[in-house]
Amino acid sequence: MSEEEKKDYAESPINLEYHYTAGSATTRFLNQVKEGKIVGQSCPKCSAVYVPPRGSCPRCGVATNIEVPLTDKGCIESFTIVHIPIPGNPIVPPYVCAMIRLDGANISFLHLIQGIDVEEIRIGMRIQAVWKPKDEWTHSLENIKWFTPIDEPDVDVATLRFQES
Amino acid sequence: MKKVAIVGYAQHPILENAGALNEVELIMPVVHQLFDELGISQNNIDFTCSGSCDYLQGAAFAFVEGLSAIQTNPPIKESHVEMDAAWAMYESMLKIQMGDADTALIYGFGKSSPGRLDSIISLQMDPYYISPLWPDRVSLAAIQARVLLEKNIITPEQMITAVIEARTNSKNNKNALVTELVDKESYLASEKISSPLNEFDCPPISDGSSAMIIASEEKAYDFTDQPIFIEGIDHRIESSNIGSRDLSKPTGIMASIEQLKLEKTKFDVAELHTQFSHEVPYLQSVLNLSDVPTNLSGGPLVGNVMMCAGLDAIGKTYESLKSNDLTNGLAHASSGPCLQHNMLVHLEKKS
Amino acid sequence: MSDQKDLLRAPFELAYNYKRSSGPLMSKFFDALADQKILGTKSSTGKVYAPAAEFDPETHESLSDLVEVGPGGVIESFSWIEEPKHHHLIKNPFAFALIKLDGADTSMLHMVTECDEADLKIGSRVTANWSATLENRITDIKFFTLEK
Repeated sequence: MSEEEKKDYAESPINLEYHYTAGSATTRFLNQVKEGKIVGQSCPKCSAVYVPPRGSCPRCGVATNIEVPLTDKGCIESFTIVHIPIPGNPIVPPYVCAMIRLDGANISFLHLIQGIDVEEIRIGMRIQAVWKPKDEWTHSLENIKWFTPIDEPDVDVATLRFQES
Repeated sequence: MKKVAIVGYAQHPILENAGALNEVELIMPVVHQLFDELGISQNNIDFTCSGSCDYLQGAAFAFVEGLSAIQTNPPIKESHVEMDAAWAMYESMLKIQMGDADTALIYGFGKSSPGRLDSIISLQMDPYYISPLWPDRVSLAAIQARVLLEKNIITPEQMITAVIEARTNSKNNKNALVTELVDKESYLASEKISSPLNEFDCPPISDGSSAMIIASEEKAYDFTDQPIFIEGIDHRIESSNIGSRDLSKPTGIMASIEQLKLEKTKFDVAELHTQFSHEVPYLQSVLNLSDVPTNLSGGPLVGNVMMCAGLDAIGKTYESLKSNDLTNGLAHASSGPCLQHNMLVHLEKKS
Repeated sequence: MSDQKDLLRAPFELAYNYKRSSGPLMSKFFDALADQKILGTKSSTGKVYAPAAEFDPETHESLSDLVEVGPGGVIESFSWIEEPKHHHLIKNPFAFALIKLDGADTSMLHMVTECDEADLKIGSRVTANWSATLENRITDIKFFTLEK
């Protein structure tokens, strides 16, 4: 860029400060995560189990007020191999982001996979959470560092399709 | 033009801080209240439209999260406006007029408590000449108030009356946030926030939600024996070049009055989206409402949920007509600084 | 339903570093600020819009005829802020004002300070004060002050 080149734009930084308040459903969920437990919420109408829960079932539009304790084991529903680093995170690419379907849940959530060559990751692979040390636990799913493969047979993900009960 | 009517309206109690309630938990009660009252479900709704502003709570796509509050399986026809839900109602009207729907669910929600509302609203204006100065909404309203006072279009006494009446009327709305009465002495003793406006001239920071169902004439009578018809609806926006506007001449509203032939109508009741006290006598004179009961719900000065207050004006007018022996109601919704963008809705109860 | 004492709260900040392209007309306006000049645009009706407008809001024509206006002008309206808030650029008492610059037919929103509220009225004359650092932004005009 030449020094004579005039600036044909104006810097327009904006910054806004907020105080986020978690809704009561999110509060109940994160309070459990702080204790190392994953508790989903289920719909009284269709029995779908949501984790992390939002307080309402998007299929039925009613409050999900039934707490359902879940394990930290599940399978990979889908994944992607990421080749670019996360700003501020020491994780070294290539790394894997995956949709984790915990046993008993009807939706999956995004987290990291470590402990296996990226070339060997498969849909349906069984995995389990690796937690940070207990004294580092906060109100966040970051208490789980990542998920790692366990020695159990792969799941056929077609069986995970939602069946209304 | 197809005849369209309002068949239901629900308002969440207006809160100073909805803290424990996320958008899903705010929207669910009002939508369920409407469905229960009318004995229907999402399956009876052809089109859903919501009004909200993600920047209020700083959560990108909060309006998408909000959809978790309603049943979206089977998939629904849905739209959203980043504006007051009054405009979601307008879009729903268009859908019905185009023949794409016969019934529509409209909802709005606003959580202003997490952020600084004044900073956020500063950003809705011209990003080159105006927003970098961070002019807050109270200061801009105050600039218009001063113009109106200087030209004797309104008087300071009328502003005081608007505040006192709003507080007195708040008892008519169980959902109102602010209900303490105010007298002239307290008003005059109050410090100016941005002169000539003091804290009583301004609306309270409010969290809440509202919902409404409208339907074409043939469907409306399936829901209720007494639908309230939308006899006319029109909205106009003036220039965003605030310095080029004459703040004492509401050209947009005047165009709507002409379009809807409102001079010919004698209104029995009106609800105006007047967020600041000076706007009450100003709009009453523009809309010829000086002897029409106005803002019987208390209006925005006693509860002003951003993105809902315009829909609330329409809803409160609907409620007045429904529960009283009245025929014609006028509702006003607004957006933008100094009453830049205005909607007028003429509601009629058929005998 | 809401149990306030168990509420989880966290502060956060949304920040974006936008670079807005000014376009062919407004870039000339912002370049002129670097020379401590304020420009307006003249419409075919003879009306001068300042700050420079790309379009005439009444006739809808595209505007490109630039004219110099100001740096002095007249207050058309104002609101006085005795206690500036968090986001205000000026931290001591000041006013937001609509100022019709000399040579313009429309007014410009900006700030007026270094005076008392009692000194300001509709019709007061003010003049532009320039920022020490020029960034091609409207804030290159730091604020307006009353003409002596």
